[in-house]
Amino acid sequence: MDNALILTHLEAGVLTLTLNRPDRLNSFNDEMHRQLSEALTLAERDDKVRCLLITGAGRGFCAGQDLNDRNVSVEQQAPDLGLSVERFYNPLIRRLTTLPKPVVCAVNGVAAGAGAALALACDIVIAADNANFIQSFCRLGLVPDSGGSWFLPRLAGHARAMGMAMLGDKISAQQTLAWGMIWQVVAADELASTSQTLAQHLATQPTYGLGLIKKALYSSANNTLDQQLDLERDLQRLGGRSDDYREGVSAFFAKRPPSFSGK
Amino acid sequence: METPLILRQQHQRVVTLTLHRPEARNALNTPCLEQLVYLLEHADADTGVGAVVITGAARFFAAGADLHELQQQDLPAALTDRRPSLWQRLAQFSKPLLAAVNGYALGAGCELALACDIVICGESARFGLPEITLGLMPGAGGTQRLIRCVGKSRASQMVLTGEAITAASALQAGLVSEVCVDALTLERTQQIAERISLQAPLALRAAKQALKQAEETGLSQGLAIERQQFVTLAATDDRREGIAAFFEKRTPNYQGR
Repeated sequence: MDNALILTHLEAGVLTLTLNRPDRLNSFNDEMHRQLSEALTLAERDDKVRCLLITGAGRGFCAGQDLNDRNVSVEQQAPDLGLSVERFYNPLIRRLTTLPKPVVCAVNGVAAGAGAALALACDIVIAADNANFIQSFCRLGLVPDSGGSWFLPRLAGHARAMGMAMLGDKISAQQTLAWGMIWQVVAADELASTSQTLAQHLATQPTYGLGLIKKALYSSANNTLDQQLDLERDLQRLGGRSDDYREGVSAFFAKRPPSFSGK
Repeated sequence: METPLILRQQHQRVVTLTLHRPEARNALNTPCLEQLVYLLEHADADTGVGAVVITGAARFFAAGADLHELQQQDLPAALTDRRPSLWQRLAQFSKPLLAAVNGYALGAGCELALACDIVICGESARFGLPEITLGLMPGAGGTQRLIRCVGKSRASQMVLTGEAITAASALQAGLVSEVCVDALTLERTQQIAERISLQAPLALRAAKQALKQAEETGLSQGLAIERQQFVTLAATDDRREGIAAFFEKRTPNYQGR
């Protein structure tokens, strides 16, 4: 497809989704949302997909919402941004965080606004050393959406979250790494290979168990220790019934590398 | 019997009935309701059964009544409909009835859950009465049972907007008693049912009747009924067995007498 705004490529269990509007720094419009949603449906339904890798085409990762679609003149009625959040951004973040498979994000350049939130909503984030993160909402009188206001304080702490959200400064990849917001920074020309290698490794791992880990970690945000202990019991019960658990244990005793099916 | 729309499974004293109309998202059409009532009445008469669990599929508990049936129904047909008497017979089931809900419990599906004594649901569960959006209203206890467990404002909001609520809201409102991980909903419900099924049958029956009376009567009359049920148990062998087993630190062996 020539005009695909999301490129999809499935290989060795890794579904790579490339945001593909390089001339607009991969900013979102409605059509791109629709294509991304279709790609996510594939990731959700296809058992062959055991890891999702999200990256951007060209020099940016994602500049958030395309403001060309948001130009409001004085005569016009104010647009309902809540509707767009409800229809596109919220389902996207919900689907990524509840996808029972690992999601890797390779941030190849600027990640601004909802683009930054999208990256931070992924399970493992690797950034190129020339990438940066901008909470640009405050410059337009808006609020960090797409989970931004949830992820920021959890990843960076209250003070840094407030600073980022209210000042809208450009934060370098190195800085986000130092603050513990992302997993790794690599040289720009190594980003693609490093992230592919990592995603391919994850795709050979016990996918079902990784899905349970994701659930446990996300649930911890609104559980007390007591509730979380109960949840861990339940998830461990499920993990213990998986094929991969058997395989893992028998490989351990046979001193051979395990061969996980993801079930 | 014609094609089974409900699968029956028994483990020790617990019967699990699984709604099985996947092509219709487990919509409760009349044949389905008939089979359910038939199976419940059998379980009621079977002394080998202590409790019954009703469940559906992973994504749907039951997505309402059958709209095709309703579409064809005119006023005379509505007046002579068999469904209300089926629902009544279902409500008369005298043993503990549990619902294990994953996914959508809408319309009649929600009303079925409401008719159960205990509802356990998974995190994916959604409860709603969307009848109003079709120019209808709940017709199988929805307006009555819901308001008694969740209170006026929330019940009215659900009935009048037709919007569903999440598992977490349902727990908070008292519509369900536990929320668990989806993959364990049925197992957890069966665990509770099993525990119940090991109790003295006559005591369960009396306790359930007393609980149901709470919705029918005022407090003083309810207390009188409770007392009456309590006293009738005094004459049972199982009561002596239960108390004796407690003192002798052993598991009671109930006979249902």
